[in-house]
Amino acid sequence: MTTSTPEIVFAGCNGGALTEIADYEAVGGFQALVKARAMTPDEVIDELNASNLRGRGGAFFPTGRKWSFVPKPDKLDKPHYLVINADESEPGTFKDREIMLRVPFRFLEGALIAAHAIESEHVFIYIRGEYEAEFEVLVGALEQMRARQLLGDVTIVVHRGAGAYICGEETALLESLEGRRGQPRTKPPFPAIAGLYASPTAVNNVESITTATSVLEIGGAEYAKLGVESSTGTRVFSLSGNVVNGGNYELPHGYPLRDLIDEFGGGVADGRALKAVIPGGSSTVILTADEANRVTLDFDSLVGAGTAIGSAAVIVIDDRCCMVQLAVRVSQFYQHESCGKCTPCRVGTKWLTTILQKIENGRGTQADMDLLVSVAERINGKCLCPLGDSDAIAVMSYFDKFRDEFQAHIDEGGCPFHGSSSLDDLLAPVAMHVHDQAPGSTREAAHA
Amino acid sequence: MSAIYDEIQGIRARYPESLSAVMPALQLAQERNGGWLSEQSFRDVADALDLTPAYCLSIASFYDMFRLEPVGEHVIEVCTNISCGLKGAQQVVEAFESELGLTAGETTEDFTLRTVECLGGCGWATIVAIDNRHRLHVQAGDVPRIVAELRGIEWKEDDDDLDA
Repeated sequence: MTTSTPEIVFAGCNGGALTEIADYEAVGGFQALVKARAMTPDEVIDELNASNLRGRGGAFFPTGRKWSFVPKPDKLDKPHYLVINADESEPGTFKDREIMLRVPFRFLEGALIAAHAIESEHVFIYIRGEYEAEFEVLVGALEQMRARQLLGDVTIVVHRGAGAYICGEETALLESLEGRRGQPRTKPPFPAIAGLYASPTAVNNVESITTATSVLEIGGAEYAKLGVESSTGTRVFSLSGNVVNGGNYELPHGYPLRDLIDEFGGGVADGRALKAVIPGGSSTVILTADEANRVTLDFDSLVGAGTAIGSAAVIVIDDRCCMVQLAVRVSQFYQHESCGKCTPCRVGTKWLTTILQKIENGRGTQADMDLLVSVAERINGKCLCPLGDSDAIAVMSYFDKFRDEFQAHIDEGGCPFHGSSSLDDLLAPVAMHVHDQAPGSTREAAHA
Repeated sequence: MSAIYDEIQGIRARYPESLSAVMPALQLAQERNGGWLSEQSFRDVADALDLTPAYCLSIASFYDMFRLEPVGEHVIEVCTNISCGLKGAQQVVEAFESELGLTAGETTEDFTLRTVECLGGCGWATIVAIDNRHRLHVQAGDVPRIVAELRGIEWKEDDDDLDA
């Protein structure tokens, strides 16, 4: 990395990994924990509030406030749980795995600080099943911490997921952790009151927890000086797609999006022109190249541009990509990952895919364009969780901003890219499970 | 009592409520059964956790990483979500298909080839998981060497450069 920007999450790494406890201690490791344990839980929460740290999983909810919602033990006689969401699966996002690989102790130190703040002795880390190397690093780091008796009265269990995007939704995650199918719950009650085993629970993202360590270390007020007013501190941006150097880059909030692509990503790859950018993971509204050139990477700027910072996953798309094909592939993902609980999502995501494939294959009519909008409207806001909304919002943003391209598919009776699009013929996951066997997830259907 | 009964009791003890152990118990059963869950696997897990095999199946069928049919000795999974797709994932899939003589989704004694949703390595596309270990920056041209390696055939170095 060629950065002179402040490092918070990856501080002390020098581009490598701090997986030995002595190396972590040599860069000031566990000082924040000592500090936190000398403070009352409320004082720790005050420090987080002063930092204005907001959740890095995608919802951007203030971390300190989330912790303050967990009732005090004398108000509700149940155990408190801290559940850390390491089920990173939003397409475009790969930051939490690098955090766990390179600064596992800073992450686990943050877990102990958070446990102290919410007065919990039970921590569960729900890590996505596909992250095998990361799981092993965490288990190894925990062993080193146990040998040094750093955990105190706290137990930390690393629980492996088994391949389900929906388990990144906090109530689905809790269901899964309890040993059920990962289907979202109705809210309220919110997890802070009735979460894991119907007990008060804080659910936080890996990066939020890791950053909490740094907040305690340098102080909330000092942390708040980084970044911009609406979005303090640094963020680990996951950069992917048509750039020369994809990867994770820790930058202060407020950094210009175009500079991330050009200075850190080495620019758009293969000398192509920028066509669009998905700024915060596949669920967020797409930006045209013009819009992308104007925004900065923070909450206000991206909301002002009609999108969101989401999970800070920046996907760069060059001029070789057909937007209808992009919509098909994104919609196939949400269709595949829909848990099936709410009808508008279960049926609607399949309909969106089907209509989009029809348009892509040259059999679409003008009426299909209206039907696409109608189906999207019937999903939006009508389910327990935002999975179906994400499909509808993403696809409709491609439709709204690249309508000419959709129209060209109707007018020309086929894809105007004539087989040259970068996503041409891209094969979505093949049915291995009964619930996968839907039209649209096999190659035959894609070519029908 | 099955061979994994005692190990599952150890897993069970980590959780305040034993139902939480069903997923790790299924993971263990799958690992011990050559990478997939048979009817006997479900009976073993159910027996160890006082559940029914049907309940265990209802959990396994929800999650993508549980396999309900036998898999090959090596499982090759190519991510074809958008970031990998933009970087040529489809060409990687096709290279594996032609090198293995398989269509994605098929299984032989030696190999299972499938395409999967985002593996969380988007900036290092294309990501290929081989027996759950992620290879980064895989290009179609790297595939013959990967397959030779898995077949235990010595690969003659030429202009090939594989990032792993």
